[in-house]
Amino acid sequence: MRTNVFALDPLFLDDVGFEEVGIVLLKVVVAFVMLLVSVMLMVWFERKFISDMQNRIGPNVAGPFGILQTFADGIKLFFKEDLIPERSDRFVFKLAPYLSLVPAFLVFVIVPIGGDFGEDGDGTVTWFGHETFLQVADAPVGVLFFLAMSSLAVYGVMLAGWSSGSKYPLLGSVRASAQMVSYEAALGLSLAAVILKTGSLSSHDIALAQTGGIVNWNVLATGIVPFVIFLIAGTAELNRPPFDLVEAEQELVGGFHTEYSSLRFALFFLAEFMNTVTMSAIIVTLFFGGPAGPTYAGPAWLWGMFWFMLKLLVFLGVFVWFRATLPRLRYDQLMDLGWKILIPLSLGWFLFVAALEIGDNRGWSRVVVAIVSGAALALGALLMSAAISASRRQRLDEQAESDSPVGAR
Amino acid sequence: MTVADPTIIDLGDDSGVRRRTGSPVLRLSEADAAALADVPAEAGDQRMVINMGPQHPSTHGVLRLMLEMEGETVLRCKPIVGYLHTGMEKTGEQLSYLQGPTNVTRMDYASPLFNELVFSLATEALLEIEAPPRAVWIRMLMCELNRMSSHLLFQATNGLDLGAVSAMIYGWRLREDMLRLFEKITGLRMNHNYIRPGGVAADLPDGWRDDTLRLLDSFPDKLDEFDQLLTGQPIWRERLQGVGVLNTAECLALGVTGPLLRSTGYDWDLRRDQPYLAYDEVDFDVLVGSYGDCFDRYAIRLNEIRESMRIVRQILERMPAGDYRIQDKKVTPPPRARIDESMEALIHHFKIFTEGFKVPEGEVYVAVESPRGELGCYMVSDGGPHPYRMHIRGPSFVNLQCLPHLMAGGLLADGVAIISSVDPIMGDVDR
Repeated sequence: MRTNVFALDPLFLDDVGFEEVGIVLLKVVVAFVMLLVSVMLMVWFERKFISDMQNRIGPNVAGPFGILQTFADGIKLFFKEDLIPERSDRFVFKLAPYLSLVPAFLVFVIVPIGGDFGEDGDGTVTWFGHETFLQVADAPVGVLFFLAMSSLAVYGVMLAGWSSGSKYPLLGSVRASAQMVSYEAALGLSLAAVILKTGSLSSHDIALAQTGGIVNWNVLATGIVPFVIFLIAGTAELNRPPFDLVEAEQELVGGFHTEYSSLRFALFFLAEFMNTVTMSAIIVTLFFGGPAGPTYAGPAWLWGMFWFMLKLLVFLGVFVWFRATLPRLRYDQLMDLGWKILIPLSLGWFLFVAALEIGDNRGWSRVVVAIVSGAALALGALLMSAAISASRRQRLDEQAESDSPVGAR
Repeated sequence: MTVADPTIIDLGDDSGVRRRTGSPVLRLSEADAAALADVPAEAGDQRMVINMGPQHPSTHGVLRLMLEMEGETVLRCKPIVGYLHTGMEKTGEQLSYLQGPTNVTRMDYASPLFNELVFSLATEALLEIEAPPRAVWIRMLMCELNRMSSHLLFQATNGLDLGAVSAMIYGWRLREDMLRLFEKITGLRMNHNYIRPGGVAADLPDGWRDDTLRLLDSFPDKLDEFDQLLTGQPIWRERLQGVGVLNTAECLALGVTGPLLRSTGYDWDLRRDQPYLAYDEVDFDVLVGSYGDCFDRYAIRLNEIRESMRIVRQILERMPAGDYRIQDKKVTPPPRARIDESMEALIHHFKIFTEGFKVPEGEVYVAVESPRGELGCYMVSDGGPHPYRMHIRGPSFVNLQCLPHLMAGGLLADGVAIISSVDPIMGDVDR
């Protein structure tokens, strides 16, 4: 199946000349434009899809099927007055939208969006006589780069709320920092199982390891749990419903971007939808084989692109589906879900997968390993829940003694 | 600077500790709150006063709340009303009894027919007349339909407030079907001016029975969609169960009525306990809850829609024939055809619509069970053609009293759920 693992894009294996640089620049431009266009389409898709779910028509005036609606909205926002609140920290206030937008762009560079990932493909494409990957960069730290960038995105949201000099955005930014930091942990831990399975951090290698049929996809290879955790934590990381507490319109009037208007608001809006596209792309890459899929007539790399887009669309649809179906969680419930369920579960599952992996290497029986490690984890879970309930009791006792209602839950 | 706040007691032992008394009501003037914003916070003091409304997406119009928060926890709150005050009670004193319903119908705009009903019942009580049977049953039909549309409005806004956007569209879609029926019957979607002293404005139009039946037949499936989407949904239950708990004693002390009172398990419904119209002739159940939380209120309102459908079906079967308004020349204008042929009829018509009819001296209090609780009308007549005093007991206004009590100790997000579950209509609060 897979014969060699490239440490680097094969483009750079030979001499690097003008052509190679040209190809890289071309890839950058294509990725940039594709991302922008996909955001525009994503906004339209979300509005149209949720309208169908809710018995409405949705945008239908601007362009065929209202497809230019986002464009029209963008133009409208462009011409709006740009307000900066008097009490804001002006520099940070202006900086924050870019802090939120740039990481959203950057994450996409590690996503392989096509290439020959067929039966015995190596995920490459030959352009102008040069063999290369269909992704902007295949950093050896690929997945860590994704985690780093999504952590950086917190700063944009947090600083936006903090610098607005207003109370609702402040509450929003407090929520944002707590929520995104705690879900970052669950996100990383659920990823660990994937990395363990592949043995590489490179997104290209992860995609390559999943070629050759659905059973090789990480979603099955790591047992559904990491995927579910990643999907939940990813939704929280994106601040999308039902985890959109950061901007919860009904509670915080828009949260961190309450005070933003005009283009600065548009940048936040853009970043949010770009993050949605990127997160779907990451999910597809990590758990659903990326561009892997059967190839038929025509160039194999194009088929890779087709499968990738198809899978991407499914996850974009899933995010819209969440929004249409689920009520918003409350702040404390969100933190409970993150710390008390997702993080222990992903940690436990990671250990379980690791135990199976070691067992396979040593030639132990999988059944015995599963039973023993399962029992050990169950014991751990029991101890932890005992600890949680003990601390809860203590907290409630303290609460009963003081007359402040804070922390009653 | 020090801010006068009687609920904060300084212990006076130089420890800097300030203790708060138990009251959930924030007793702080707006000027003090504004001044407080400029005072740099003491170290460790994480409280802030935050202003929610009158322009806020989930304060159901123009309710304003001053919240004292510590982090996300609401410590105390002060509801401020009056942003929609238009002096309707005073206006009512300038209008004749026949013009009255146009005025009161705008109070609780989500259930306008109940306002008209209570005003008309009060006027009729002063006049000592009774509407003919068909008018009574038409009134009942319209009120029960209105109860359904009002509760659907609640389902829509409640869903929206808790972030379940689809529930909003579901509720609005059903309400839209009802408003279309209202438009066909009364000519208007809202503010109908349909129920008037002496009967109703017009007879039911042709085909009303089929239209109503079609509506009723389409409803059960669509109401089940709420159950499928929300009732069993774990997040939904987490958000509502155990939030904003009231008990019966508190409800009675605060004058809280309607679904809020019933949610505490207290079995009280004016339709059954002080029957008006012909409610003693129809068969229906009064729904009560057991915990008095937001979820009980949600469930009660959802099931009251189903109960109202039961009543409407009985009304459809038993709608009597006859006059739709009383044939009393004093309060009823002559038919249109008579005006063309009789000078007296023309004068009569003119007098009724310019001067109005005189109502005997007296005072009366009439109450009906509106979707939000006890809707009362206290009317005093000095014998003239206008009420001397017309006071409406708005259930939204009285129910709003329990807000600080419900919100204390909860999170901001709970506060939104609580406002939504109290279901205030600001037109009814401010009048």
